[in-house]
Amino acid sequence: MSENTESWGSRMGLILAMAGNAVGLGNFLRFPVQAVQNGGGAFIIPYLVCFLLMGIPLLWIEWSMGRFGGKSGHHSTPFILNSMHKFPLWKYIGVFGIWTNIAVAAYYCYLESWTLSYVFHSLAGTFSGLSQEAVSNFFNDYVSLGTSTFGIPYEPIVFFVVCLLLNTWILSQGLADGVERVAKIGMPLLILFGIFLAYKGFTITAGENGAINDSTVGLNFLWTPNFDKLWSPSVWLAAAGQIFFTLSVGMGTVQCYASYVKPKDDIALNAMSAGWMNEFVEVVLGGAILIPISIGYLGIDRVTELVQSGGLGLGFRTLPYLFYQWGEVLGAISGMMWFGLLFFAGITSSLAMGTPWIGFLQDEFDWARKPAAWSFGLIVLILGMPTVLYFHLGVFDEYDYWAGTVSLVVFALFESILFAWVFGMTKGWHEITSGADIKVPGFYKFIIKFVTPLLLLWVFIGSLVTPKNGDWGAALSGNWELDNGSIVKKLANASLKEQIAAATDAAQIDLLNDTLFFVNAARILLLAVFLTLGFLVYIAYKRKLREGKL
Amino acid sequence: MNTSALVVMLATILLVTGLTIYFFYQVLNTPSKPEPDSFRDNDDLKQPAATNTRS
Repeated sequence: MSENTESWGSRMGLILAMAGNAVGLGNFLRFPVQAVQNGGGAFIIPYLVCFLLMGIPLLWIEWSMGRFGGKSGHHSTPFILNSMHKFPLWKYIGVFGIWTNIAVAAYYCYLESWTLSYVFHSLAGTFSGLSQEAVSNFFNDYVSLGTSTFGIPYEPIVFFVVCLLLNTWILSQGLADGVERVAKIGMPLLILFGIFLAYKGFTITAGENGAINDSTVGLNFLWTPNFDKLWSPSVWLAAAGQIFFTLSVGMGTVQCYASYVKPKDDIALNAMSAGWMNEFVEVVLGGAILIPISIGYLGIDRVTELVQSGGLGLGFRTLPYLFYQWGEVLGAISGMMWFGLLFFAGITSSLAMGTPWIGFLQDEFDWARKPAAWSFGLIVLILGMPTVLYFHLGVFDEYDYWAGTVSLVVFALFESILFAWVFGMTKGWHEITSGADIKVPGFYKFIIKFVTPLLLLWVFIGSLVTPKNGDWGAALSGNWELDNGSIVKKLANASLKEQIAAATDAAQIDLLNDTLFFVNAARILLLAVFLTLGFLVYIAYKRKLREGKL
Repeated sequence: MNTSALVVMLATILLVTGLTIYFFYQVLNTPSKPEPDSFRDNDDLKQPAATNTRS
């Protein structure tokens, strides 16, 4: 049994920490863009269906797995999975629950450091008086490590290190005194800032402060349902994907947090409360800021063009400029609130990413909390520096794709099969309902056993062999040409190779070849980390055997 | 706003906000379980924070 005796301070603290784990930058930057690209208001139907059939079951599965593993003193997925079934492979599948967090933290902390930096730049008035193009160029220069606005050399690296130090220090303070305390401060502030910005998003009037549209134009653009899109599997796949990212399921963090819950305490109501809080932040607040404000000042055509490059562009290149249309003071305050809420959304998630590794070292190698936390900071610094230095050469995106996208689906698929079919639904249902403060609907037994694993399998296969341009009709009628975004084509670097073959300019060919090199190097690095973690699990297993703890 | 957008937006906002408040209310109004439970703040005997962490 582990000597790790940490616990949560309060039930509300646990729920806020769990909600903070789920609420991330994607709630504000990814969800509205996904909705616009996938049927507007009609997107909400597959989105909520996927939440009910996949999101809630996965939350209950992961909370149950965590509390079950915690009974035997396990606080990270390799040995939580091992405690559920003794087949040797499960503990190595559990490596995903540590690896994903370390790899995602490596680029996520960099993203988080942008928000921290932009809070200071907003307060310092850096964006005051700049044109929209100048604000956009500021972002380009920033990620190219090209400027030093505050006079600090390599400013993005400094902010990355500061952000990482902050995360590590909070983690070193423990669960209740570090992570929980930040969630109790960060989540209410995030919601407060979000409500203020949503109010501004709802009250834009054409002709005032340079606005060209009323807020209703942006809200129409976001919410008008295109029901024809409901028949497209790509839209359902996008909805299922969004549910994954937004709930932080398939990562191992939920299991880790829940492993500190005692056997007789509730998990069913806690999971629902944290899950729906995340939905509130995403759908109600996230849907009222980015798109309505952007369309109010830029118009539909310009925003349609901008969303093609994702929410990051709008969030960092456009909004700081738009806020200043409300005047100098309100522009600075709004910028501080926008990037402040993104920062709180980010840090409550990145702290969750640190806990599985720390729990693993505490449980399996008897490390104390503080050195375990600092070792996490060091690993993330080493693994994260390539995403900072070679951002433009695809390293950041590569981490995001394999660790932040594919890995989540793979691990969730494995854990749902383990829980429903190997551990067994009888024991599984007992785990979910034991100590429950709400009555869990009985039909969820059927959903968890059949619907959720099948949905996950469909999402995985749909991502593995996505047909060209998402045209499932053509694919199912025999013409199954793979899209460059499919896992298979991505693995073969098909898109990059096509670009190299089509390029004529020598400088561009060199740049693409460099990108290809760094993309492959990033994959090798991620694979090496996974194998190293697998080896550590093997050593821990042998050690437990020697000590008679298994 | 056009009617269909307004209906979808209001229905979604009311549903999501309503359920969030409902579950939060349930958490706040459920009495804590007898000791030992998961939460340090409920402990009968208050311990210094350092004893709960292995730092």
